[in-house]
Amino acid sequence: MNGFWAILLKEFSHLRRERMTIFFALVVPSMQLIIFGYAIRVKIEHIPTVLLDLDGRQESRRLVEAMEATRTFTVRARVHDAEAFRRALTSGRAKVGVLIPADYSDRLLRREQADVQVLVDGSDSQVATTAQNVMSLLALNLSMQRGRSVGESLQVAVARDARGRPAIPIDARTRLLFNPALESAHFFVPGLVAIILQLVLLFLTSFSIVRERESGTLEQLFVTPVGRLGLMLGKLIPYTLLALAELLLVLVLMVGLFDVPIRGDVGLLIGLSGLFIVTVLGLGLFISTVAATQLQAVQMSYLVMLPSVLLSGFMFPRSEMPLPIYWLSWAIPVTYYVEILRGVILRGADLRDLMPFVGGLAACSVVILSLSVARFRKQID
Amino acid sequence: MDATGAVICADGLTRRFGPVLAVDRATLSVPRAAIYGLLGPNGSGKSTLIRMLCGVLRPSGGAAAVVGIDVRRDPEAIKRRIGYMSQRFSLYGDLTVMENLRFYGRIYGLSAARQRDREEAVLHLTGVGAYAERFAGQLSGGWKQRLALACALIHEPEVIFLDEPTAGIDPVARRDLWDLLFELSHRGVTMLVTTHYMDEAERCTHVGYIHTGRLLVSGEPGALKARSDVTPAGTRRFEVTAPRAADALARARALPGLRDATLFGTALHVLMDAGWTAEALASAVSPEGGASARPIEPSLEDVFVWMSRSLEEQRG
Repeated sequence: MNGFWAILLKEFSHLRRERMTIFFALVVPSMQLIIFGYAIRVKIEHIPTVLLDLDGRQESRRLVEAMEATRTFTVRARVHDAEAFRRALTSGRAKVGVLIPADYSDRLLRREQADVQVLVDGSDSQVATTAQNVMSLLALNLSMQRGRSVGESLQVAVARDARGRPAIPIDARTRLLFNPALESAHFFVPGLVAIILQLVLLFLTSFSIVRERESGTLEQLFVTPVGRLGLMLGKLIPYTLLALAELLLVLVLMVGLFDVPIRGDVGLLIGLSGLFIVTVLGLGLFISTVAATQLQAVQMSYLVMLPSVLLSGFMFPRSEMPLPIYWLSWAIPVTYYVEILRGVILRGADLRDLMPFVGGLAACSVVILSLSVARFRKQID
Repeated sequence: MDATGAVICADGLTRRFGPVLAVDRATLSVPRAAIYGLLGPNGSGKSTLIRMLCGVLRPSGGAAAVVGIDVRRDPEAIKRRIGYMSQRFSLYGDLTVMENLRFYGRIYGLSAARQRDREEAVLHLTGVGAYAERFAGQLSGGWKQRLALACALIHEPEVIFLDEPTAGIDPVARRDLWDLLFELSHRGVTMLVTTHYMDEAERCTHVGYIHTGRLLVSGEPGALKARSDVTPAGTRRFEVTAPRAADALARARALPGLRDATLFGTALHVLMDAGWTAEALASAVSPEGGASARPIEPSLEDVFVWMSRSLEEQRG
């Protein structure tokens, strides 16, 4: 612990001098949270649609009205020939093209199956999936309405509801728990807390040590009686405090600005965040032992950040990932922390619910810390 | 301190990095208050030798002691009693002069009262007190080196290791820094200084020359110059000045009885059989006249050049 106070006080002097660090640690995360929190909206509406209606009679008009009523589609253009229809899709002006054949109404009246061709631009998979699902559901609904009116005229029904009216045979009644309004902010913002915390901590800690190596002051310190533990803790504790301040700020913004309430125990949340912070400090320390320059430290931090953002389940559900990637995601500390954050904040989960994730995060923490401390000590020798 | 009173002593000190012998059986001894100048080309092993003596790097073989403490047994105890100043400016540029001094004082665990005393002493000695509240990064090269020295002295070390302290600073600052080193020497501080400058080497009380890991010579400059293998019996060393030194060198190399010829700027240092006189030599290297020659004592540079050559000849 030799030299701990000397290093600690010096780090605070650096922090006081380098306003950019404070800015980076507190203002940038708030901005990120606000930008990401508002920008990431998963609900897809008003997909630009091109319509080629060769029928143009009442039945086809009813179909188009029903489409627009879903708010998923907005008819941007009504075209009258196949060339203009194709052009609208290839130019990207429309993501969905609906082609109603000339005999659409006739076939329906003759009780024959009528085809409606729906072309979907698959470039953006989320938009495409939504368009596909909504369109199938729409066709199904309209078909059922026709089926019901036919059944009524024949006095038969496949099933009836409690009041004796014709109804569909199987009714799945879903009830949304935890996030009834399906606000995407509820899903994204807690995960964002993890990403922002890791981003800032990783850069700050790896920088603070690599900077000393680059400027030769680390070499100078090794010639003094400063202890390894004193040096390491003296460097890391100021950033831990900064990280805790940042965490509180981001949580306050989350509750105040995005109306995401914390359903679980705030004390538990802070405690488990502490575990995550320690893990990230270890990662930063590890990077600092590998990187020789600040540039390399930036590059390596990005190398860590990329899988943390893409594979941790923050953006894309992990259950959809191919198996090897899914296994890989268990090696990312953010994975566990995102689960913990969503658990405590959205579902009010307690420590018992979270045990697997807490255990996983603790294991990551032990592995990373022992690796980086071993490397750090070896470098001093 | 060992029996001979040496503050720094090394005996067969060796360090390997994989297959590379960075320092090969270095033996040296530095008495109290000496200024030991360590010379050698880049990559010759100077820094490795210093790092072993500072207790930062473990030797692969041999023994060394600084202020009587074995570098293998208790490197941490050595660190408390030595100061180190590197060739690069290695203080915190965003801290002020005083903050840097206080930081190093805290590192060495000085009490508040002692810290005040020492601050006053090193500020007085180095003169950096005039810039007490200036950021270290804003000081000029010479003043940065003075601040580095002040920080290295804050805990009143008995020994200071200086790794190329004058590299890249202007001649006036260089002279001032050397005056400071002499002042410290008068106060009983022992110093080991690495340098590339021959004039600095000539000012040291002891010098050593390291070449490809081997400490070729080590001792007082007078003793080194008087070595019989530098000026063998039956030879004389001359300095020859000629209008076109390069031509003179070519002619000198063709002379009978020549042992060695080296160009030093516009002059030639030649080692000849003792039968040659200055006049005969001058006319031999420059038949058209205008050259002059005089017998000289070997300089330290002559010693180092001669020793490096004979090492290379031995190795073939």
